[in-house]
Amino acid sequence: MADSIKMQVTRYTPGPDSVPTVAEYDVPLRKDWAILDGLNYVKDHVDSSLSYRWSCRMGICGSCGMNVEGEPKLTCATFLTDYAPGPVRVEPLSNFPIVRDLVVDIEDFMEKLPRVKPWIIRDDDVTVIDGEYLQTPEELAEYKQFSNCINCMLCYAACPIYGLEPDFIGPAAIALAERYDLDSRDRGQRERLDVLIEKEGVWGCTFVGECTKVCPKHVDPAGAIQRYKLKAAKENVMAVLLPRTTR
Amino acid sequence: MSDGAAAAHDVLLVGGGAAGLRAAIAIAETNPSLSVAVVSKVYPMRSHTVSAEGGAAGAFAEGDTLDEHAYDTVSGSDWLCDQDAVEAFVQEAPRELLQLEHWGCPWSREPDGRIAVRAFGGMKNMRTWFAADKTGFHMLHSLFQTSLKYTDITRYDEWFVTRLLVVDGRVHGVVAIDLMSGRIEAITAKSVVLCTGGCGKVFPFTTNAAINTGDGMALAYRAGAPLKDMEFVQYHPTGLPFTGILITEAARAEGGWLLNKDGYRYLQDYDLGKPEPTPVLRSMELGPRDRLSQAFEYEVAKGRTIESPYGPVVNLDLRHLGEKLIETKLPMVRELCLSYERIDPVKELIPVRPVVHYMMGGVHTDINGAAPIDGLFAAGETACVTINGANRLGSNSLSECLVFGARAGKAAAEYAAGASRPPAVVTSQADDEVRRLEQMRSTDRGHERIADIREEMQSTMEDSAGIFRSGDSLAKGVDQLAELQQRLDRIQLYDQNSAFNTELVAALELANILDIAETILHSAAQREESRGAHQRTDFTTRDDARFLNHALAYRDSDGSVRIERLPVTITRWPPGERVYGR
Repeated sequence: MADSIKMQVTRYTPGPDSVPTVAEYDVPLRKDWAILDGLNYVKDHVDSSLSYRWSCRMGICGSCGMNVEGEPKLTCATFLTDYAPGPVRVEPLSNFPIVRDLVVDIEDFMEKLPRVKPWIIRDDDVTVIDGEYLQTPEELAEYKQFSNCINCMLCYAACPIYGLEPDFIGPAAIALAERYDLDSRDRGQRERLDVLIEKEGVWGCTFVGECTKVCPKHVDPAGAIQRYKLKAAKENVMAVLLPRTTR
Repeated sequence: MSDGAAAAHDVLLVGGGAAGLRAAIAIAETNPSLSVAVVSKVYPMRSHTVSAEGGAAGAFAEGDTLDEHAYDTVSGSDWLCDQDAVEAFVQEAPRELLQLEHWGCPWSREPDGRIAVRAFGGMKNMRTWFAADKTGFHMLHSLFQTSLKYTDITRYDEWFVTRLLVVDGRVHGVVAIDLMSGRIEAITAKSVVLCTGGCGKVFPFTTNAAINTGDGMALAYRAGAPLKDMEFVQYHPTGLPFTGILITEAARAEGGWLLNKDGYRYLQDYDLGKPEPTPVLRSMELGPRDRLSQAFEYEVAKGRTIESPYGPVVNLDLRHLGEKLIETKLPMVRELCLSYERIDPVKELIPVRPVVHYMMGGVHTDINGAAPIDGLFAAGETACVTINGANRLGSNSLSECLVFGARAGKAAAEYAAGASRPPAVVTSQADDEVRRLEQMRSTDRGHERIADIREEMQSTMEDSAGIFRSGDSLAKGVDQLAELQQRLDRIQLYDQNSAFNTELVAALELANILDIAETILHSAAQREESRGAHQRTDFTTRDDARFLNHALAYRDSDGSVRIERLPVTITRWPPGERVYGR
């Protein structure tokens, strides 16, 4: 194994005429090193102005998503040796505005997330005094995988629809809507469907399925979107047949 | 988001992890007329709560009692906790965990649908609620998503707080950098709650995330509030070598064994009980973290550990638990081992070593989270109430974030409701801070590098204040840190840009953590006894006559550390022997 690998890293500083450029750095190629360790090596020893987000270094905080050789990845869980002998290209996630170097602007997602009402909705006044809601392991299993979304934005970077149609509410938000819909404690399906039935809701998706492929936590946003399309289609049929109050 | 002029709120929460979000929701629910804002250097769902794995303690299951939870916590703390705080904590924890259940947290369940609980280290009964082994992740996302319901909670995501605005002993807000634009602004408030988590990055080898640089502790300390019990640093017995990734205590609670190089369950040699095939509460692998980490060091001394490229390790054996149990109860352990060690714990041994995990110390507060500066509060790992004393029990900290996050939030709201608006003089204080930061970014100061000073500080801390310390090692460390403080002033920043300047943030974080490192060493040097996680090779026994008291570390005007002592509150459990496994 060679003892170093070349990283080709996007650099960008906002300004009137600025465009992203690529800088090359040689970093040690070590068995245990993730792409993120390579970036940290650059920041600590070569160029301290390189900017990127990272935190937990164990694939759970969702901060360090970047495109590695064109694919959205968590850079703390993607290893340099898998790209040997190199070079390995590291770019900001696609489909988001670049703020600086490898940092992208995810405010669009932060604004969309609350629109799907990702919280428990109930119409009764049960309180904690009444104890826990019973939920069997089977009921928990119904929604569990959708609750594993870490908001890392890899699915938005992979989604060709989001790239073309920025109004599309997007895979992670829809997966989280489905997570609550499937939760036996929740009564908010109606309210979420009202949001997702709109044109920027599930209809934008042409079922490419890239979102599910790139998810580092094995969440299936494509499956959630498909389920919503069925619910929405059923809803549209009912809308023709019945007045709203009886639905 | 703020738009130009100084934004003003009633209550400002610094930090958006479990404690900060719980506080925000408490305020939104109880005082909806107040203006509440959360300012955090990361998006809330990136906060370090996300990494907590094993669970959250609350006496709830049939047969468990509040008194037993309290006694386990008090004895676990080696009697250095405040017992009135512990009593409030055990009382309110189950209700808080139920509240999370109502907010959608996917707690693991019994077959009949009731909440399931698991065993945990140092706990006499099964009382740890869990969401598989991603408890912190699920708690954080449940809190964050629920907080979105309260549209009146303003968020300043990715704003880094650099200073508390304090006039005449009262807090009036903060100065913060908006990382996206680089703007530096004052955000005023009638009360401020610090919920910024711990400071594991003081040490080189830690489970803590990059963001755990003790910002809230440093903010309070520089504003004149004391940091309490800083000498107590928790080493978790089972971290992966190199990365320091945590392998949860739940792995042992579910029946995992710790083996030395001979395949021997070595804990039996350290007064922790007899090895049984299935887990026994408060015994062996379910002993408290301080004792287990110390046992590892004794094994190293006896030459019974295994050499690895990253120092000595022992093995954690889960193979006998079987794939099914590992997949349902410990899926993340398997995922982490596969990703980072390319090991499958279903079939292979996991190499582990003790790793810095948690700070028992923090901003000195009362039982409602109030610090000794008017209007200033703290909760979670940032704070030291203290229920943890000299050694925290696993799974008490997530519950602590909820109980004391809610308490501090309510107290801060009450304070704000009766407080006047900030005086005009805070503006000039804010202007001073803006000038200081702008100078840092532009002035030619020297050629010290952030990474060099950080690495030297971390190795100093490991050498002087690790699992075992001595007067000599601590004195040496104090001198080395003093030198690093001088060099800190000569750091050169190379990044002159405003947008997302992570170099400036790293320099400010380093300054924070270096101040905290000094309080740890000074507090440790003055505690001439061994208690809980603080083990002195030159004072090997507990000394209640001299040290059944807290250390309060104050910053003097010349920057030096001054230690005062404060009695421990004892209500029902007089100091006794810590007994495990017998």
